[in-house]
Amino acid sequence: MRLRRELQRLNFPKNHFELFGLSPAFALDRDRLEAAYRGIQARIHPDRFAQASDAERRASMQWTAQVNEAYRILRTPVRRARYLLELNGVDAGLETDTAMPQEFLVRQMELRERLEEAKDASALDLLRERLSSERQSIERRIAQRIDLEKDYPAARPLVRELMFFERLGDEVDAAYEAHEA
Amino acid sequence: MALFQIAEPGRSPEPHRRRVAVGIDLGTTNSLVAAVRSGAAAVLPDERGRPLLPSVARYLPGGRVEVGHAALARQAEDPRNTIASVKRCMGRGLKDVAHAENAPYDFVDAPGMVQIRTAAGVKSPVEVSADILKVLKTRAELSLGGDLAGAVITVPAYFDDAQRQATKDAATLAGLNVLRLLNEPTAAAIAYGLENASEGVYAVFDLGGGTFDISILRLAKGVFEVVATSGDSALGGDDWDQRVFCWIVEQAKLAPLAPRDMRLLLVKSREAKEYLTAHDEARVTAKLSSGELIDLTLDSETFCRITQHLVQKTLAPVRKALRDARLGVDDVGGVVMVGGATRMPQIQRAAAELFRREPLNNLDPEKVVALGAAMQADVLAGNKPQGEDWLLLDVIPLSLGIETMGGLAERIVPRNTTIPCARAQEFTTFKDGQTGVSIHVVQGERELVSDCRSLARFDLKGIPPMTAGAARVLVTFQVDADGLLSVSAREKSTGAEAAVAVKPSYGLADADIERMLRDSYEHAREDMHARVLHEHRVDAQRLLDAVRTALTEDGGLLSRQEIASIVERADQLQKIVDSNDPRPIKQATEALNKATEEFAARRMDAGVRRALAGKSIAKLDA
Repeated sequence: MRLRRELQRLNFPKNHFELFGLSPAFALDRDRLEAAYRGIQARIHPDRFAQASDAERRASMQWTAQVNEAYRILRTPVRRARYLLELNGVDAGLETDTAMPQEFLVRQMELRERLEEAKDASALDLLRERLSSERQSIERRIAQRIDLEKDYPAARPLVRELMFFERLGDEVDAAYEAHEA
Repeated sequence: MALFQIAEPGRSPEPHRRRVAVGIDLGTTNSLVAAVRSGAAAVLPDERGRPLLPSVARYLPGGRVEVGHAALARQAEDPRNTIASVKRCMGRGLKDVAHAENAPYDFVDAPGMVQIRTAAGVKSPVEVSADILKVLKTRAELSLGGDLAGAVITVPAYFDDAQRQATKDAATLAGLNVLRLLNEPTAAAIAYGLENASEGVYAVFDLGGGTFDISILRLAKGVFEVVATSGDSALGGDDWDQRVFCWIVEQAKLAPLAPRDMRLLLVKSREAKEYLTAHDEARVTAKLSSGELIDLTLDSETFCRITQHLVQKTLAPVRKALRDARLGVDDVGGVVMVGGATRMPQIQRAAAELFRREPLNNLDPEKVVALGAAMQADVLAGNKPQGEDWLLLDVIPLSLGIETMGGLAERIVPRNTTIPCARAQEFTTFKDGQTGVSIHVVQGERELVSDCRSLARFDLKGIPPMTAGAARVLVTFQVDADGLLSVSAREKSTGAEAAVAVKPSYGLADADIERMLRDSYEHAREDMHARVLHEHRVDAQRLLDAVRTALTEDGGLLSRQEIASIVERADQLQKIVDSNDPRPIKQATEALNKATEEFAARRMDAGVRRALAGKSIAKLDA
C-alpha cells in the first residue's frame, strides 16, 4: 500500500477547466468536455502503461485519478458551480452552515412530505420531474450571476439551493429501491 | 561502453515481436482461456478440442488434484471432495454462502474466508481457483508455444473488494502475471462492440452460474465507458438448479439426503433445466443410494412458476442501473445477453419485456467474456491493436466508506465512480488526548456499518494528544484500474502516517499466500529459488524495455544529464540481468525505477498537453 504524494509537485494543471482546455464558466460545452476527457484518457490511462515501469504506472494512476475527478466535477452543474465559487474565493460551506431562507426551507419541507407520501414509482417519477425543473430554473439564474455578472457572492445562495436539491434528488432515487423491495 | 541502446525516434529499437497474453474467464460453472492470434480472438480448446473447462476440482488423498471434465464426471461418486462453483465462496464467510446447507461439502467456518475440508486437506477457495487457473495456464502455454506475458482475468462487475482480492490472489498462486482484473460485462461489451463496430448505449445482461451483473455502457469513438453497473453477486443459474432440487425433494417426499444423493439430484436438476430450454417437459429419473427410485416429470410451465421469483430478482438491479445512469429503457440501443443461464427462454422473455426490444444473442454467451478479455490482454501486453485504438473506462460497483461515530457508514467513494480514482476526506478525534484512530473500511450502500461488507481495519497511531476535534486525519481512498482499494491515513498537523498494510477481512494475509506457494512448490518439486530468479529477470527485462521505449518517445523531455543518469542505471541493470543472484537484480531494478519517477511525471504532463494540442481550441484564458 503506497501513500499518495501531493500532486502540486507534479506540475498538474492549476484548475480543472485548464486541464480540459476550457474557459472557466458555468455554461459548458458538454461535447468539448467529453472530447477533451477522452483525448487525455487515451494518452495517460493505466491501460496504456501496462508494460511500463513502476514509476510510470504509479504516475499514470495518480494522474488518471485526478483527471477523473476533474471530469466528475465539471460535468455536473451543482459541482461545477460550487467549484467556480471556490476558484473565486467563495465557499458554499454547506457542511458547517446549513441556514437557508425561511421560504426555501418551507418549499423543501413540502417536497419532502410529497416524497414520504409517494406510494409508487410513478409518484416518484412526477416528483423527479418537478425537482428537475426546479433545478433547471436555479441553474439559469446561476449562469446569469456567474457568467454574465461575475458576481460570485450573489451566486452563493443559489448554489446552496442547488446543493439542497441534489440531496433531495438522492433521497428520491433511494426511495425507488424501498418501493421495489 | 553503453550496453543500453536507445533507438532513433521513429525507428523501432528491436524487431517487433508480439507478446502473447491471454484472457481468462474464471466462471462459476465453466472456465475458458482465449488469446488473440493472427488478429482474431479465439478460445483455446483442450487436447480433445473442448473449449470449456468445468470449474470443478477433485481432491484425492495424497494431495493430487483433478480439474475439469474428469472431476465433473466423478462428482456424484465423490461429492465431498469434488468442489464445484467455488466462485460462490471467494472472499466470503460461511454465512454469506447461499444454500450452504444443500451443498455436499464439509465447510469449515474460518475467520477469514470459508474453507472446505477435503481428502487432500483443508482448502481455501483461493487454492481451488488457483488449481483451475493452473490448468488453463498450462493449456495456453502449450497452445501458444511459450511463456505468457500475462493474463487478464475476468470478475463479475458486482464483485466487491474482498472477492476481487481473492481472485487476484488465486492468479498469483497459479503463477500468472495479472495484467488486469476485468469486469465480465465490460469484457463482453468489448467483444461485442469490436465485432460489430456499433456506437451507442448498450446494456449487458450477464447471468452466469452464480452471479448476475447488469452494466450500462456507452461506446463512442473507440471509448467503452461504463456508465453504471449493478447486480447480485449471489444470483445465478445454480439457484435455478437449487429450486428444481427442492421441487424434486418435495414431490418425491424425500428424507434428508446423503451427500452423494444431494449431488446426484443437483446434477439431474441442472440437466432438467437445460433440457427445458428447448423442450416442453423434462423427465427426472434417479436411483438413490437407498435404492429408492425417482421418476418425475417437470413441465416448463411448472418450472417457470417455481423459478419466477428468481427472474424477478434480476429486475430491480436493472432498474437501479438505469436510474444511476440517468437513462430510460428507450435510451438503450441494444441488450447483449451473456452467460449460459441467459439461454433460458424465461430470461430472454424477461429481458425483452424490460427493454422493449429483442435481446442480442449473436455471440456465444458462454465464450464472449473470454474473447473480450483476450482482446484486452492483447492490448495490455503492449501489442498495437488491429484496428483503431480503443480504451476502457470502468467503474466501481459499490460505494466505499468508513465507519464513523454510532456505527454509521460515511461514504467516501460513491458507486459508479470511474476508476482509477482517489478521494480524501478529513476526520477528527472524539476524545481529549486521543492518540490513535481506528479506521474501519466498508463497502456497500447502506447507512449502517453492520449492513455493509467489512473490508479492512487498521490503526493510525502517533497522533499527539490534543483536545477532541482538533486533530485533522486525512483518509485517502485510492481505487486502481482493477477495482482494488488502498487506504492510507495521515494526521495533517504532525504528518503521522498509518503504518499497517490493509488487507480485506475476508482475504488472505500475505503470509498465507507465501505458505500456499511454498506448499505448491514442494508438491510439484519446483525449485523456489529458480522461480524467484526467473520472475526478477522478467521484471527487469520488462523495465528495461519500458525505459527504452520511454526514452525513444519522450527523451526530449529530459536534459542530457538526466538521460545520462537514467542510462547509467539501465546499464547497471543490463549487466547483471543474466546473473544468478536475484537480490542484486531486484535492487538494480528498484534503482532504475526510482531514477525514472520525475520522467514519468513529465510524460503524463506531456501526454495531457498533446491531447489538448490535438484539438482546435479557442485560446485559453491567460
